[in-house]
Amino acid sequence: MTEWRAERQARDARIQAGRAHADGKVVPAGSVIDLLEAVLRPGDRVCLEGDNQKQADCLARGLAACDPGKIHDLHMVQSGIVLPEHLDVFETGIAKRLDYSYSGPQGARIAKMLYGGQIQLGAVHTYLELFARYFVDLTPHVALIAGVSADRDGNLYTGPNTEDTPTVVEATAFKNGVVIAQVNQIVDTVPRVDIPGDRIDFVVEADTPFYVEPLFTRDPAAMTETQILIAMMAIKGIYAEYGIRRLNHGIGFGTAAIELLLPTYGEKLGLKGQICTHWALNPHPTLIPAIESGWVKQVHCFGSEVGMDRYIRARPDIFFTGADGSLRSNRAFCQTAGLYACDMFIGATLQIDLMGHSSTITQSRVAGFGGAPNMGSDPHGRRHPSDAWMKAGREGQIVGDPALMRGRKLVVQLVETFGEKLVPTFVETLDALELAKKIGLELAPVMIYADDVTHIVTEEGIANLLLCRDADEREQAIRGVAGYTDVGRGRDRAKVEELRARGVIRRPEDLGIEPLDADRALLAAKSIKELVHWSGGLYEPPAKFRNW
Amino acid sequence: MESLTFRHTTKKPLPGSVPNAITGVVASGNLEILLERVLPPDACEVAIETPIAGYGAVWEAVVADFVARAQPGGLRISINDGGARPDTVSLRLLQGARLMEA
Amino acid sequence: MAGVRPASTDPDALSWYEATARQRVVALADPGTFQEFLPPTERRMSPHLPLFDLPRAFDDGIVVGRAALDGKTVLVAAQEGRFMGGAFGEIHGAKLVGLLRAALTLKPAAVLILFDTGGVRLQEANAGETAIAETMRAIIDVRAAGIPVIGLIGGRAGCYGGGGLIAGTCSRLAASEGGRISVSGPEVIETNKGAEEFDSRDRALVWRTMGGKHRRLIGGADAFCADSVSAFRKAALDLIGRAPAFDLATLEAEQARLESRLARFGDCRDATDVWARLGVNDPEAVPAMDTRAFDETVSRVREADHDAR
Repeated sequence: MTEWRAERQARDARIQAGRAHADGKVVPAGSVIDLLEAVLRPGDRVCLEGDNQKQADCLARGLAACDPGKIHDLHMVQSGIVLPEHLDVFETGIAKRLDYSYSGPQGARIAKMLYGGQIQLGAVHTYLELFARYFVDLTPHVALIAGVSADRDGNLYTGPNTEDTPTVVEATAFKNGVVIAQVNQIVDTVPRVDIPGDRIDFVVEADTPFYVEPLFTRDPAAMTETQILIAMMAIKGIYAEYGIRRLNHGIGFGTAAIELLLPTYGEKLGLKGQICTHWALNPHPTLIPAIESGWVKQVHCFGSEVGMDRYIRARPDIFFTGADGSLRSNRAFCQTAGLYACDMFIGATLQIDLMGHSSTITQSRVAGFGGAPNMGSDPHGRRHPSDAWMKAGREGQIVGDPALMRGRKLVVQLVETFGEKLVPTFVETLDALELAKKIGLELAPVMIYADDVTHIVTEEGIANLLLCRDADEREQAIRGVAGYTDVGRGRDRAKVEELRARGVIRRPEDLGIEPLDADRALLAAKSIKELVHWSGGLYEPPAKFRNW
Repeated sequence: MESLTFRHTTKKPLPGSVPNAITGVVASGNLEILLERVLPPDACEVAIETPIAGYGAVWEAVVADFVARAQPGGLRISINDGGARPDTVSLRLLQGARLMEA
Repeated sequence: MAGVRPASTDPDALSWYEATARQRVVALADPGTFQEFLPPTERRMSPHLPLFDLPRAFDDGIVVGRAALDGKTVLVAAQEGRFMGGAFGEIHGAKLVGLLRAALTLKPAAVLILFDTGGVRLQEANAGETAIAETMRAIIDVRAAGIPVIGLIGGRAGCYGGGGLIAGTCSRLAASEGGRISVSGPEVIETNKGAEEFDSRDRALVWRTMGGKHRRLIGGADAFCADSVSAFRKAALDLIGRAPAFDLATLEAEQARLESRLARFGDCRDATDVWARLGVNDPEAVPAMDTRAFDETVSRVREADHDAR
């Protein structure tokens, strides 16, 4: 006799066990460990919510404090390895296997634990890819999520940082899983229902509000002349050239500089309305001057950003907001928007090799990917044309029937030739390959593969890889913008000059840009305080970014 | 500290008559450059003090490119480096030459 | 010396906080009037830093010289806060002391000190400490000779350690919002007293305790400037015009002012408590105020202006 309801019965048993520690659905913060030990089973697949922004930190602390004698060998499936507790559970044996996407601040420790064999790594994913697997072969038994408030029925208000929550809950609640939410407070009525209560099994009133990292805040005071020069080249040589209206920016200083140059340098070039009107982007504080100057039509967000909530509430024509007025973000939808509805992704990386493969992984740090491999890829399923997409397609088309030509997404790497401590960005071989060999990964953690990259911009110039016709040209185009790194100094000078004559490589002077004009005076805001002024006092930066 | 000195012959003297100029600040990742018009019009000397050893070949390349581009004949250029990246060095050298041409 | 690029010398556009010491001096003075003493070409550099394998600066982090301000001759010293935190080393200190002593013979309309310093340079601490003492002594002599000494504070490094002590001996001080004045820095206080007493990473706390607005409200600074060179120039001219005499009456008034300040605010736990007691209507709003709103607030606070110092 086939059993069709085993999972459902197991779920009911878990919830039954958990109810002993709850008043209805509500669990006091002090009972988190008891609740988790009652609901979890050894070997469970557990999704602990947390990405590069918000963290279900109260539940993470609770999980790390469970008795490894009772709860062990968990398979963690989660967007981010960010908090110390995310790795503590692997040291104590509570967890054994890991599939994840991003690990910024824990990058060094995760590298050590991978080398030491304390973590059995499945794969390092891109966000959207990991979400997809939640619905196919990595469906969680238990999800531990975070919201701002909930009522006693479990109706959940995620607040402006909705991020991954709807996706995680969808995959868990509708496939016999248990969903436990931590909230900052229990209320009589939530401001808006982001997740209906029948998908939430337990609500924990956390001891402290969930942590959010202000990852997308770049202080204009730290922007250098080199970054401004690179930004000027990108605006004139790529944004204007292709007429990029729909785009996504990475989180680096280079793209933040571009945002701050739109109302000044971009205005001078007469580009307002021609570029940068529609965005898949977090609410970057450095975008405020461009929004206030009328450059931006609309922005859809993966998450929110600390301090931006009041500003967003006051600009509903620009941002996606709920009936309550606050931002509604959604990482899965925004990643999809970035993949299919944007004509360009532009972001930074730590290493680029001679073919244009790039990675943020070095031998001592495994930073993970986040959304970059998704945003930074050419979607072969796209079927709608745009001028920018078609132009890139024409440039890259080498042979074949023009009637069957399709467009190309622009994937631009914006890097300085040297990183911190004079570490070169351009390398012969990515550290990611060495790492893969050392810990026995079948697939090296490459962030963006060379065949997706269309342009590389450095302070030395722009390399348009679409125009390269063979591997040798491609290598010399990359060497030709690699500055004084070993890779750059190893260039074939004659070949590089030939590529320059063909417009494959363009120097600042080829674009009519004088490097000495790259001055901080061009920035629409030179400090966080000036961003506050631009926002009419609505932006409330976190204390660590203040100097007043 | 590592001391490096590079001497070049230029095709022409740097235009202008400013006797000396200074640009930049010795700070982490930055440098100061002092330019003095004290050498014969076809000579240029660049002397560098840097706390980061082992980048002699990079400095040599940066200086050679600058000399080829700016033709800074007549200048003695002295650099106190705070660990600047090559692109910053290039930018400061060009800024310095512009000050001298004023 | 040729100064800096013309685009960066417009006193209205140039941010004091962002400018280098050299840019500040050139843009502060009447155009073309700044003459540097011991310029970089003299290469008067620290004899100590090479022992520590540290880079030197051609001017040892301080620019000194003579300039005209609205036609009047002044002597000026400007510290470079980005070179070793603007700290006092042997040469650095000697240049400042020498400038102050020269004032006794040159009789300028004022001496301006553009502070931007974390205090004494650790690598040459004995010389630095001596320089602090000599500077304070020299300032007393200059003020006794009837020459005002005006401190201008708005750089990245603030005015800390021995710099904070020296600032206390000046005739008048001007500060911007970004400028900070104190002796012990935030990290020093946290190390000695614990993060519960003072969390150095809470930058809002740091600025409301040591920043230009707080110093102006309690009369520690005598003028508040927007963050531009022209605002500091205007403040300097104004303060030169109303510097107090350096006599027994002034010193006794200063002693009385400080005693009453301690008695009145000694039990306050936070700068906002002090501001409330000073009669500021909405103390929480002070950090976000723009220059105009803040100037209005200051005009209603009795303690902000005084004849002491």
